[in-house]
Amino acid sequence: MNYSVVGEAADTSILNKSNLIKSADSWRIGTFAIALVALLPVLAILWLAVFPTENIWPHLISTSLPRYLQNTILLMLGVGVSVFLTGVSTAYFVSHYEFPLRKYFEWLLLLPLAFPAYVIAYMYTDLLEFAGPIQHSVRELFGWQLASDYWFPNVRSMGGAIMLMGLVLYPYVYLMARASFIEQSSYLSDVSRLMGRNQFKTFMFVSLPIARPAIAIGVALALMETLNDFGTVDFFSIHTLTAGLYDVWLNMGNLGGAAQIASVMLFFVIILLALEFAGRRRSRFYQSATRYMRKQRISLQGKYKWLAFIICAAPVLFGFVVPLAMLLNYAIRYFEQSWNPGFRSYTFNSIFVSVCAALICISLAVMVCYARRLHKDTMTGIAARIASLGYAMPGAVLAVGVVIPLASFDNAVDSFFRQHFGFSSGLLLTGTTFALIMTYTIRFMAISIGSVESSMSKISESVDMAARTLGHPTFRTLRLFHLPLLKGGILTAALIVFVDCMKELPATLLLRPFNFDTLATHVYQFASDEMIGQSALGSLVIVLSGLLPIILLSRTISDTQQLDLDNFPDK
Amino acid sequence: MLLSRFFGVKPRTKLIAISFAGLIALNPSAQAEEVNVYSYRKPQLIQPMFDEFTAETGIKVNAVFAKKGMLERLKSEGQNSPADIVFTTDIGRLTDFKNAGLTQPVESDLIKANIPSHLRDPENHWFGLTSRARIIVASNDRVAEGELGSYEDLADPKWQGRICSRSGKHPYNIALISMMMAHHGNEATEKWLGGVKFNLARKPEGNDRGQVKAIREGLCDVAVINHYYMYQMASDPEQKAWADAVQVIFPNQNDRGTHMNISGMAMTRYAPHADSARRLIEFLAGDKAQAMYAEVNGEYPVNENIPLSDYLQSLGSFQRDEVDLSHVATFRAEASKMVDRVAYND
Repeated sequence: MNYSVVGEAADTSILNKSNLIKSADSWRIGTFAIALVALLPVLAILWLAVFPTENIWPHLISTSLPRYLQNTILLMLGVGVSVFLTGVSTAYFVSHYEFPLRKYFEWLLLLPLAFPAYVIAYMYTDLLEFAGPIQHSVRELFGWQLASDYWFPNVRSMGGAIMLMGLVLYPYVYLMARASFIEQSSYLSDVSRLMGRNQFKTFMFVSLPIARPAIAIGVALALMETLNDFGTVDFFSIHTLTAGLYDVWLNMGNLGGAAQIASVMLFFVIILLALEFAGRRRSRFYQSATRYMRKQRISLQGKYKWLAFIICAAPVLFGFVVPLAMLLNYAIRYFEQSWNPGFRSYTFNSIFVSVCAALICISLAVMVCYARRLHKDTMTGIAARIASLGYAMPGAVLAVGVVIPLASFDNAVDSFFRQHFGFSSGLLLTGTTFALIMTYTIRFMAISIGSVESSMSKISESVDMAARTLGHPTFRTLRLFHLPLLKGGILTAALIVFVDCMKELPATLLLRPFNFDTLATHVYQFASDEMIGQSALGSLVIVLSGLLPIILLSRTISDTQQLDLDNFPDK
Repeated sequence: MLLSRFFGVKPRTKLIAISFAGLIALNPSAQAEEVNVYSYRKPQLIQPMFDEFTAETGIKVNAVFAKKGMLERLKSEGQNSPADIVFTTDIGRLTDFKNAGLTQPVESDLIKANIPSHLRDPENHWFGLTSRARIIVASNDRVAEGELGSYEDLADPKWQGRICSRSGKHPYNIALISMMMAHHGNEATEKWLGGVKFNLARKPEGNDRGQVKAIREGLCDVAVINHYYMYQMASDPEQKAWADAVQVIFPNQNDRGTHMNISGMAMTRYAPHADSARRLIEFLAGDKAQAMYAEVNGEYPVNENIPLSDYLQSLGSFQRDEVDLSHVATFRAEASKMVDRVAYND
C-alpha cells in the first residue's frame, strides 16, 4: 500500500468531522457485511431444517440420540481437559522457566498441529492394533496366538479418540496461552512473589487468570474442531452428533433432519462462544508500557528440571515424532506408487488456496476486531460473533450451506444476463477456487478473529486515545500503532488458518472445480479406504508444509519482545 | 475514504465488467467437446476408462469427486450446472438422484443391448456399470465347509460371538438389509438383524478388509464383505495373508441367489453436453471399458458378453439374486432406522 496516499487521504479527512464519523462507520459497515456473508450458509442450513422429509426426532429420541449426545459430551469434556492440561502446562513451562532444550520446545510444541486428526488416528491404530508391532512383540513374549488369548486396550475407543485428538489439538491452547504468558508483564508476577506467594500460587492466582481469555479461546477452538470431527470418530466407530448428522443425511436421505441436528450442534457452539465471551468480559487486563520489560526465566534445578523436560517432550514425542516416523516409513515403502506428475500440482493447489484464505482471514479479522474496538455497541459485538459462526458447522454441512446461496446468486446473475443481454453467464462462482477460498474464509474466520481479538485486547485503550488526540484518523491509528503490536497475534492467526486450510477436507471435496485436487483430497482418496501406504506421501507433504510456517512463526515469536522494542513506531 | 477513492464509481463499473467477462471466459461449460462428471466413485477407479475414452473420441472428461453433498450441489446449480453425468458406488444414490428429478432418460439401443434390464432403471434414468457380490467369508480353520450357506444363517445362535461386521449404516450393509426386507418383510428382517447383532464378536468397526483381517487374527470366524476386496487383498503383499485365512461363500445358492449391488451412472437433467455424455455412457457399457473395469477392480461386468477375468473365473460361477434393485432401494431409509432400533452399532 502506498504510504503517501494513505497519509494524504487521512490528513484531509481529519479536518472534517463528518468524514471522521463516516470513516469510523465504515469499519462497522464492513463488519456487518462480513457477518452477513458468514451468516448466509448458516441461514441456508436453518432454512433446510424447516423442511425435513419427515420428522426424524421421534425415531432419534427413542433410539440413538441419547448415545449421540452422551458420546459428544464425553468426547468434548475429555478433549477439553486434555488440551487444557497439556496446552497450559507446556506454555507455562516454556515461558516461565529455563530447562534443557527449552528454546527448542517453544516451537517443537507447535508441531502436532500439522497433523490432521484422522491421520494420527490411522497411524496409532496401525501401531497399537493386533497386527501392529507392539502387540506382536507382546505375543512373542508370552507365546500367545489369537486376540482372544489376552487383553489389550483398544485404540479404537472413546479413550483412544480423546487421547489422540488431545494430542493434535492442544497446540491451539498452547499457542494462545504462551502468547498470553509472554505478553504478561513480569511486574505482576514479581509483585505476587514479593507478597509472599510461591511459584505455584502465583501461577494459579496471577498468571492463569490473566491468561484466561486466551486459554478460553484456545480451548473453544479445540472443542469446535472436536465437535466437527468426522474422520476420527468415523474411523473409531464413535457415534457422536456429527456421525448422526451424516447418517440422517446420507443414509436416511433426510437433509432437513440433518440440518436440524446441525442446529442442535450450533447450540453447543453458541454455548462455547458465550463462555469464551463471558471469560473475556470479566477479565479486561490492559498492559501498557510494562509489557516491554524483558522477563527473567527461573532456572529449574534437579528433578524439577527433568519434570519440565518430560512434560514438554511427551506431547512432541507422541503427537509428532512417533506418527511422523511411521508416516515416513510408509512414504518410503510406497514411494513408487505415490510419486506421480500430479503430485506437484496438488501441492501447489493446496498452498495457493490456503495462502489466499489465510490472507483474507487475517485482513477481515483485523477489520472486525478494530470495528469492535471503535464501537463498543452490542450490534457490532454480535456481528463479530456471527462472523465466527462458520467454524461451528461440520465442513460438509457448511459446504452445502455455501453452495445454496452461491448457486442462487449465480443463477440470478445468469437470468439477468439472459434477459437483458441475451446470453448466459452460467455459474460464475460455484465450482471455482473463489468458492473454495470463500468457504475456507467463512470456516476459519473464528480462528483469526479469536487470535487477533485476544492480542488487540491487550493493547491499552490509552494508545488509541493518545493517537486520536494527536489527530491520527482510525485507519492510520491502526496501521501505525495497532498493527505493529498485533504482529504476533496476526502471525499466529495466519499460521493456524493456513494449516487448517491445508488439512480441510469435506468442503474442499464438494466445492472444488473440475480436475482440481489438493493434497488433502488426494490423501483422502486412499486413506478413506484404509490404504495408508498409498496416502502416506501426501500426508507427509501436508505435515511438512504445515511445518514451514510453524518454523517461520517460531522464529518471529521468539523475537517478539525484541521486535516490539525495535519496531515500535514512536521509538 | 481510501476505499471510496480507489473504487470510484467509474472504475468500479469497469472492474465489475472486467471480472464478469473474465469469469465468463473461464466458465468451463462454455467450451465444446468435453463431458463433465460428478462422481461418488474414487477417481483412480474410473480414470483409466476415461483416458481410453478420450483417446478414442477426443472428448475430454473433467471430473470432481466427493462422497457427500454432490446431490445438493447439483440441485442448487439447477439449469446452469456444468455436470453431465453422475457416478455412484451403490444403487441407493442412483435412485436418490432420479427421485430428486436431477436425471434424464437416455435412449440408446447400444446401452440396452449391453446392460441387462434388471441392472438399469426401467425408465432408463440410470445404468449399472459394474456389479459386486456381497459374499460371506469364513475362517478356513474354524468353520467347516458347508457349515454356513445363507445370509439367514448368520442369525443362528450357533454363531454367537463369532461374527465381525462393519457399521450397519454403511451403504453396502444398508443395501443388504434392504434386500432382506424386500424378500422377507420388515418384521422378519428386524428379527434377523437382531439375531446377527446378538452374534457379533465386537462393536462394528472398520471396513470390509478390516473384517477379514479380524478373522485372520482370531477375533471372529465369519464376516460379510464385497467380493472384490478378496481380489484386492490377494494382490497386496501384506494383506494376502488375510485373504488366505478365509474361504469364500456365495450365499443362498439353493434359493434366490447372492445379493448383488451395482456401481452406476446417470445423465443429469440439464446436461450441457448431452451428446458427449451419451457417448461416454455407451462407451462405458461397451465391451472394451467393461473388460478393463473388471480387470482393474475385480468387479463383475454388467455386460454379460464379456469373458470374466482370471480371478473372477477362479471364484466360479454362482447364482445371483436378480431382484429389482430399484425396488430394494425403496427400503433404505427404513433399513437405516432398523439398524438404530436393534442398536446394531453399539
